[in-house]
Amino acid sequence: MTGPFRALSLAIMRGFFRDRAAVFFAIVFPLMFLVLFGSLFSEDSSPRVEMVQVGAVPLFDDLSDEARAAFDETFEVSHSDDLDAAIDEVRTGDANVAVVQEGDTIVAHYTLADPAGAAITRGAMQAFVDGANLAATGQPPTYSMETDPVEDESIDAIQYYMPSLLGWAIAMSAAFGAAATLQGWRKSKLLRRLQLAPVSSTTVVGARVSVTVSIALVQMAIFIGTGALLFDLTLTGDWWMAIPLVVVGTLCFMAVGLLAAAITKSQEGAVNAANFIVLPMAMLSGTFFPLEGAPQWLQSFAQILPLKHLNEGMLDVMVRGEPWTAALGPMLYLAAFATVVTLVAARLFRWETA
Amino acid sequence: MAAGRPVTNAIEVTGLTKTYGDLRAVDDVTLAVEEGEFVGILGPNGAGKTTLLEMIEGLREPDSGSAVVLGLPAWPRNPALLPRIGVQLQASSFFDYLTAREQIRTFAALYGVPAAHADEWLERVGLVEKAGTRVEQLSGGQQQRLSIACALVHDPDVVFLDEPTAALDPQARRNLWDLLSGLNDSGRTVVLTTHYMDEAETLADRVAIMDHGRVLVHDTPAALVRGLDAATRITLADGEVITTRDPAAEIARLADEQRLAGVQVHTGTLEDVFLELTGREYRA
Repeated sequence: MTGPFRALSLAIMRGFFRDRAAVFFAIVFPLMFLVLFGSLFSEDSSPRVEMVQVGAVPLFDDLSDEARAAFDETFEVSHSDDLDAAIDEVRTGDANVAVVQEGDTIVAHYTLADPAGAAITRGAMQAFVDGANLAATGQPPTYSMETDPVEDESIDAIQYYMPSLLGWAIAMSAAFGAAATLQGWRKSKLLRRLQLAPVSSTTVVGARVSVTVSIALVQMAIFIGTGALLFDLTLTGDWWMAIPLVVVGTLCFMAVGLLAAAITKSQEGAVNAANFIVLPMAMLSGTFFPLEGAPQWLQSFAQILPLKHLNEGMLDVMVRGEPWTAALGPMLYLAAFATVVTLVAARLFRWETA
Repeated sequence: MAAGRPVTNAIEVTGLTKTYGDLRAVDDVTLAVEEGEFVGILGPNGAGKTTLLEMIEGLREPDSGSAVVLGLPAWPRNPALLPRIGVQLQASSFFDYLTAREQIRTFAALYGVPAAHADEWLERVGLVEKAGTRVEQLSGGQQQRLSIACALVHDPDVVFLDEPTAALDPQARRNLWDLLSGLNDSGRTVVLTTHYMDEAETLADRVAIMDHGRVLVHDTPAALVRGLDAATRITLADGEVITTRDPAAEIARLADEQRLAGVQVHTGTLEDVFLELTGREYRA
């Protein structure tokens, strides 16, 4: 590392970490979303069915231990002696189903307010009744079932949100950093002042880029650490490929920030323009919610957004268990996008703000 | 300047012109600044001082004409020239959120100057006590001192200061003059722009007066005033005003008459020079 490069990088790095607003929006703010989303969606996606047993229900009370465990996974049971009160509970939404056994008949009073819950309730109860019937015949079962959970695209919330929110965090800090620096330095004439120092523009740009890339890698470490410590984040095989992906992604969004600075006249304007570009892009790239339910034209449009490619690339290698080669396509797209946007920004750039 | 040593020009400007749309910001300016000289470029706002300076610094491409600094063309950007010139731009060009010491050390590093030397400059401009203070918390005068120190930290042969006292109150301006007046002591060439008459008169060896993009005159303040076809006014203690073209003889006569006590002599000033050259009052 040469003297000027080191000095410039240090100056920019200090400037960043002493700027509370910059640190907040680059690190704290996205981290708040990670903790929020991680907590909100970490509960079982299908909460247990709340069942009120009225009086003794021998069918359920006498289940084998194995069957009882399965039963408890599906139902959260409370007991009552008053059928009318139990049905009232169902009616007011405090319980999903009230169950009473009359002789050999199980009577379930359930609500249709939640059709999916009602279907689960009916199906599960029918299964237990059928199982009990089979056991009562004393015959061994003809058919049996084994379950094998497959890791598919419907991954856990934290697995989805860690890479997606990280992509957004990186996009924000890279775009804002580049936009604010270019505008601020132009306004204070620091850019002119540096032009008159015997350092090449490569050194100046290189220092700025290296700081932003370092910040992005710090963001990445913090996100992975938080996901692993607070939630059950599990990275898959070639997750390390996310590092070069993050580097290219940072360059791409710095270019977006340069463009925002080139088309605006003040530091506030540049930051607002960067925000105007990045926030909707985050929405459309599935940062806050998956896009599977969105209309087809919207999903097609999202394919041109660099953040979509950054997010998909990171999801692939970090949590979906895809091989490292899965990140190459996104990296290529991000690099091409960065090149085009930088060229446009360079053409639009004016030394004078007036 | 040592006797016998040939006078060389640190800066040679020939026919320099810069046009923005219909405005001729700098109009065919020719100017030479000797080595070790302190030159003040004086003119009202919008006279073209900053544009002229930025062309000499190599920040702007002239439409025509040339600027040669220390024997090297200023445009295009010349990496061999840059370490030999120091520049203070009109705005306070600092890095955000850095302390005074961190600022000057950063600039020093850009020129390969060790940190210890940067700290010395902090001392020379009287900012040692403010070394750990962030620039945004420094007063206007302290910021200008730091800015000047940052321009000089690599001991350049030629230094350009663009209106260093513009935003300062009168007291801070005079404090800064003490610092500025010594800058060319060691043979350094100083070019300073200002719109204050008194500042140019006090600091500069020679003054170039600019208006509407043109340099009207370029000479020592005394010679400029001498060249005026203006009478000297002598105000006596009793309020009598004598207007004369031969102040020496008049004062000798007053001395003979023992009437010198309380006398005020008002000769021409650069304001009179400006009025004479442009036909209008000087308004900074």
